[in-house]
Amino acid sequence: MVVADPLLRVEAISKRFGGLLAVDKASFVALTGCITALIGPNGAGKTTLFSIISGFMPPCEGRIIYAGEDIVGSPPDRLARRGIARTFQLVQPFAGLTVRENIAVGTHLSRPKRTDALSAAGDIAHTVNLSRYLDRPAASLTVAGRKRLELARALAIEPRLLLLDEVLAGLNPSEIRDMVPVIRMIADRGVTIVMIEHVMQAVMSLAENVFVLSEGRIIAEGSPHAIASDPRVVEAYLGKGAAKRMTAGSIHA
Amino acid sequence: MKGVAPILATVTLLATVPLITSSNVVLNFLVMALLIALVGQGWNLLGGYGGQYSFGHAAFFGTGAYVTAVLQMQYGVNAWMGFVIGIAAGAVVGALTGAVSFRSGLKGSYFALITLAFAEVLRIIASVTPITGAGVGTLIKLDLRPEAFQFQSRVPFYWIILAMVGISMILMRLIEDSRFGAYLVAVRENEDAARALGVDATRVKLGAMTISAAIAAAGGCFYAQYFLFIDAGIAYGPWISIEALLAPIIGGIGTVFGPLLGALVVKTLGELAKLMTGGAPGLDLVIYGGVLIVVVAFAPRGIAGIVSDMRRRFYRTPPPGENGRG
Amino acid sequence: MLSSVILIPAVLNGLMTGAVYALIALGLTLIYGVLHIINFAHGALLTAAMFAAFFAHQWLGLDPYIAAIGLTPIFFGLGYGLQRFIIGPAAHGEDRNILLVTLGLAVVIENALLYAFRADTRTINLPYAFNVIEVGSAFLAVPRVIAFVVVIAVAIALWLIMRWTDTGKAIRAVAKEKLGAELSGIDVAHIYAVTFGLGTACLAIAACLLLPTYYVNPTAGNAFVLIAFTIVVLGGMGSVTGALIGGLFVGVVESMSGLYLGESLGQIGIFVMFILVLLFRPSGLLGERT
Repeated sequence: MVVADPLLRVEAISKRFGGLLAVDKASFVALTGCITALIGPNGAGKTTLFSIISGFMPPCEGRIIYAGEDIVGSPPDRLARRGIARTFQLVQPFAGLTVRENIAVGTHLSRPKRTDALSAAGDIAHTVNLSRYLDRPAASLTVAGRKRLELARALAIEPRLLLLDEVLAGLNPSEIRDMVPVIRMIADRGVTIVMIEHVMQAVMSLAENVFVLSEGRIIAEGSPHAIASDPRVVEAYLGKGAAKRMTAGSIHA
Repeated sequence: MKGVAPILATVTLLATVPLITSSNVVLNFLVMALLIALVGQGWNLLGGYGGQYSFGHAAFFGTGAYVTAVLQMQYGVNAWMGFVIGIAAGAVVGALTGAVSFRSGLKGSYFALITLAFAEVLRIIASVTPITGAGVGTLIKLDLRPEAFQFQSRVPFYWIILAMVGISMILMRLIEDSRFGAYLVAVRENEDAARALGVDATRVKLGAMTISAAIAAAGGCFYAQYFLFIDAGIAYGPWISIEALLAPIIGGIGTVFGPLLGALVVKTLGELAKLMTGGAPGLDLVIYGGVLIVVVAFAPRGIAGIVSDMRRRFYRTPPPGENGRG
Repeated sequence: MLSSVILIPAVLNGLMTGAVYALIALGLTLIYGVLHIINFAHGALLTAAMFAAFFAHQWLGLDPYIAAIGLTPIFFGLGYGLQRFIIGPAAHGEDRNILLVTLGLAVVIENALLYAFRADTRTINLPYAFNVIEVGSAFLAVPRVIAFVVVIAVAIALWLIMRWTDTGKAIRAVAKEKLGAELSGIDVAHIYAVTFGLGTACLAIAACLLLPTYYVNPTAGNAFVLIAFTIVVLGGMGSVTGALIGGLFVGVVESMSGLYLGESLGQIGIFVMFILVLLFRPSGLLGERT
């Protein structure tokens, strides 16, 4: 694997909601062609960070350098046209449309003609194993199906940078096993991925680099294995002193 | 029911009516129904496909009507020219009101409120400004020549409004099969998700509102030529705003045929009410309001929805999905 | 410039008119604050209440201020029933549907009144309608002073209901956190209907306060409701104090602009203010974001 320049460089981003500091000078990079994971306990500010990167929310401070340019202040649709795709943690299907029509909204970006967009949507559905459901209403999909649709739509705009917000959450183990290779394949095609994920097993097998966010701050960075044994990370998840107790009890192998 | 063939078939069928009957009552009824179908189709683009419910399409209808009437009477402009300029003026009003509303992020009830307010402001202005005839209204001088967009009989008017409805339906079909249409529906279903896929939601809504307003203005221009008289209460009054949304909602919101179907039903109900009461005002609108509530409560997809459910049951089509691509 | 001899009475009269506006806006904002819907039938319901007060005087010889005692509970019941049995069930919980259902109700009520009573404008004659009270240099019409006092009393009563009764507490709980209220055993459909009833009851009182000095016809309520919409957006959707202050403010503005611009332009002034407020006061618009 060749480590190239970062496609995305988040520099000291802060976001305040009233008195609450949701994101506190968070910085991280996503190297081109790699899968970067963003992990952390609930409420750490991960989704807020995604919303800022994808243009849905302005940061209070900081810069976001994407492909060499500061993109702070660009609206989400312009960023999407520049190659940044995101999925939503709470899936947001176009409920009244079929799966194919859902995906076609994305494929239209580079295809003005309706027939082209619809047929391209079929191809995308195939890559995420949704072909069987192409002409069903999106509202009829199961949770797993909706997560796939979320992913398919994001892929449909042919992104350079893909922000995945917990696409594995709510799936059962066998559904996760099906989904992991799909994400792997997307990365192999050269798409840079940043994923927010709670399913550690998937993070371990997919991510090349992991950043840990806790209370709005990046507290650790490294390879998945280094992160898993970092006492600061364990404490962020389980509370102060947990790492020490765990080592003492030698649960940790 | 895709493609333009069903539209052409329907229009052709309706075009034969004057060959069967020359009854002015029938033609008058159909002209009014088609007029509502046209303005309703305008509403349908923005409200049905775009999900932005306007309560003030009178603003565009009235602008079309007044511009064409005032241009003819005050400036001696040819009626057909006035017609074209009237439509353009309606589009401009639509674009301007849309721009300020959508840029301020107005949605849902707020959008309904502000469109209502715009229509009312225009109504008040028209009822006090000398150039529009103020409270008295504007008469278009009788000049029964085709060049003046006036005819001896109702038949040419009927064919013209039918052609306008046909064109609006074909336009809607083309929009359905376009990227703009797909984006518009996506914005209706979920604006954030659409934006995340590169859809400039404000621009899409603005485009829809402009076209929608132009169609409603075309209806207003036609109205002025047909009756040769307008005043502020007719042109900018709430009646047209209500009928414009009633027709597509009853016929089938967000469908090409909905406004036409709905307009025919609404106008039939209205005529029945008038027959029952001998023309006393009010009862027809009571029925309209009641039907609106009933449709929202029990048939949210309107007549078109009922028809498609019945067809599905009749043909026993499997639920969509299982190899649904026949 | 106009001298203070004209200005002060204009301000005071504006405050008196504004009080009734505030009461109408109070009903609207209460419904919005709890149900998160804009009630497009508010104007038609006000008109209906004005007709009720008119006929209470015409047929039963009741003074509007006496009629209010009976009409207020009747309109509470009417509002309760409308929300419980028509708006709630018909809308299937979708905002767009609620919009259409309340619009449909407005059309039905307004035109039923038109059909029953024709477009005639009616007024009642009361012996005290033209009595005045002298306050400094200003002469204030007695009915307006009564209206002002009653509105203040109603606002205080409403505040007490919200603050101290179980129903009031339930209403506040539903307004704040619907799901949580539901989980803790509050019957949300009932509370919605009670709120709608309270909002409608405000209209009955407002109608009885208006009638001594105002006329009634099938569209009489509409003028007030657009003003009420303006007030509600101005004061912040769902804010009761906002509605009160906004109502008084708009009353004064209207009275002043009538003074400077004349009647019909003054009417435009209200609409222009309404549009500007909608466009530029984002805090009033937050309720619509999801």
